Amino acid sequence: MLTFLVLPIVAIFLESSPGKLISSLGQPVVQEALWLSLKTTALALALILGVGTPAAYFLATRHFRGRAIVITLVELPLVLPPAVAGIGLLAAIGPAGILAPIGVSFSLSTAAVVIALTFVASPFYVRQALASFGAVDATVVDAARTLGASEAEAFARIVIPTAMPGLVAGTALALGRALGEFGATLMFAGSFVGVTQTVPLAIYNRFSVRFEDALALSVVLVVVSAAILLSVKFVRGGEALGGVGGPRG
Amino acid sequence: MLGALELDVDLRVAPGECLALAGPSGAGKSSVLRIVAGLLTPRDGRVRCADETWLDTGRGIDRAPDLRRCGYVFQEYALFAHLSAWQNVAFGMRKDVPRGQRRGRAMALLERFGMSARCDARPRTLSGGERQRVALARALARAPRALLLDEPLSALDARTRAAASRELQAILAEVGVPAVLVTHDFLEAAALGHRVGVIDDGRVVQEGRPADLAMRPASPFVADFTGASVLTGTARRHDGGLTRVALDGGGEVSSTDGVDGPVAASIFPWEVIIEPLGSASHSSAGNHVHAKVVSITQIGERVRLGLATPQPLAAEVTRDSVRELQLSAGSEVTATFKVSATRLTPR
Repeated sequence: MLTFLVLPIVAIFLESSPGKLISSLGQPVVQEALWLSLKTTALALALILGVGTPAAYFLATRHFRGRAIVITLVELPLVLPPAVAGIGLLAAIGPAGILAPIGVSFSLSTAAVVIALTFVASPFYVRQALASFGAVDATVVDAARTLGASEAEAFARIVIPTAMPGLVAGTALALGRALGEFGATLMFAGSFVGVTQTVPLAIYNRFSVRFEDALALSVVLVVVSAAILLSVKFVRGGEALGGVGGPRG
Repeated sequence: MLGALELDVDLRVAPGECLALAGPSGAGKSSVLRIVAGLLTPRDGRVRCADETWLDTGRGIDRAPDLRRCGYVFQEYALFAHLSAWQNVAFGMRKDVPRGQRRGRAMALLERFGMSARCDARPRTLSGGERQRVALARALARAPRALLLDEPLSALDARTRAAASRELQAILAEVGVPAVLVTHDFLEAAALGHRVGVIDDGRVVQEGRPADLAMRPASPFVADFTGASVLTGTARRHDGGLTRVALDGGGEVSSTDGVDGPVAASIFPWEVIIEPLGSASHSSAGNHVHAKVVSITQIGERVRLGLATPQPLAAEVTRDSVRELQLSAGSEVTATFKVSATRLTPR
């Protein structure tokens, strides 16, 4: 079982050599893919954190009719096949999508990549953030209020630090998902070098042209993914505070 | 968070005075504190502190909790887990004390509570007693205009509780602001409160000095809550000033209180004398009730006996008398208590 899981990863390293790796990473196509992935993933993460954090806090602390439905909808992209996500995005905000008549239309552009990554990766963060915020004791927030903190200050100084391990874990998971995104990006944004061809798309594109380029990019993704996994384990293990319990409040 | 709790209270607390709100859980005690602090807004209500109005629903005033300056000690202390003890204390100083002086001020307060050695410890490494002191120091750090204490001693073990109670009394006397304390334990309320308000089902059923409540409970509920045994029955006044009460389930007691009709007779456990069956001295001033020992619980040097008369009655005796009378569960005895120690309240 373990051999089965580890063998492909080991094979990637056995097939490539440092010399070939460096020459491949020097290729403009490869460099552009790396740079594009970095840029689009960073933008998507900024969007996910910026909108997802307040949204998750709202969902974790407020009770309203239909809350369970909203949470389920937020989590939906988690189980949606990426190709379906891509089709859905095209149908909604593609060139012939339902929002096209009012001028909201993306596709075949870097912005479209960011949208696809955000759509697919956001539930990974929001789910974690929701659980972490839900695990923050409400009386601790009350205590901060009686000690002179406004609602925003209590959020920034008490809620965020208390939920931090869970937020970091959620960010890492969303980061991993966004970096590896393939299907939705391909469907919605296409695969154009330097514009929409992220690392996974470049791997697919190069493996029939120059296999060692695909291998080199794979090595980079394996290393980054391993680093993400380790950082999540480190944060979870090192802090007893991490809230991964169910939402409450 | 709350369902619909009916709360109807009117409380006044003078500077330096401590009002203890006592009652069973779910009676609405904590809600009173939350309303004063601004953490809960009632449909109708007013809260004033000295010359400031904190809440007046009629005039649309509802000052935010961070602007009310209440020192609040929460039930489980609600310390900030990611901050050290001194940072917890310093949290409330951010608006009033320059950054450079906060640590010094916090340390001085922790010193006052004998906690300076633990200033860098995180809350989860502190004992219950230490947490309570950090929570108190934190509540006092902001020069509060009122002090609110929610079950400040209930998270402590019995040994720590006695010391913490004495310490808390000294602090309350020293701070000189109005204080409201909430507890489910009448003895704690009596120890810490200048006045005690017994609250049940959202209403203050009796308010007064602790001794008055114990001596003249206004209702069977208060009598029961103050630790007295409550026997129900029907009273009829007799010549010579005595009232006879036919107890439900059998037996009869007399009282000097003049009441007719359905009553609750309350007797404190330490007023009850236990004598062997048949040997009781039949003085006219005594109530004698045939009782069966149900339970024997040792509390330090005292022993609390649970009796069935057939209604439940508690008695407190010394360890020696348990040995002398060879008491055990099932022993039949005569419980004797003075007619004047039998308080009647109409039901």
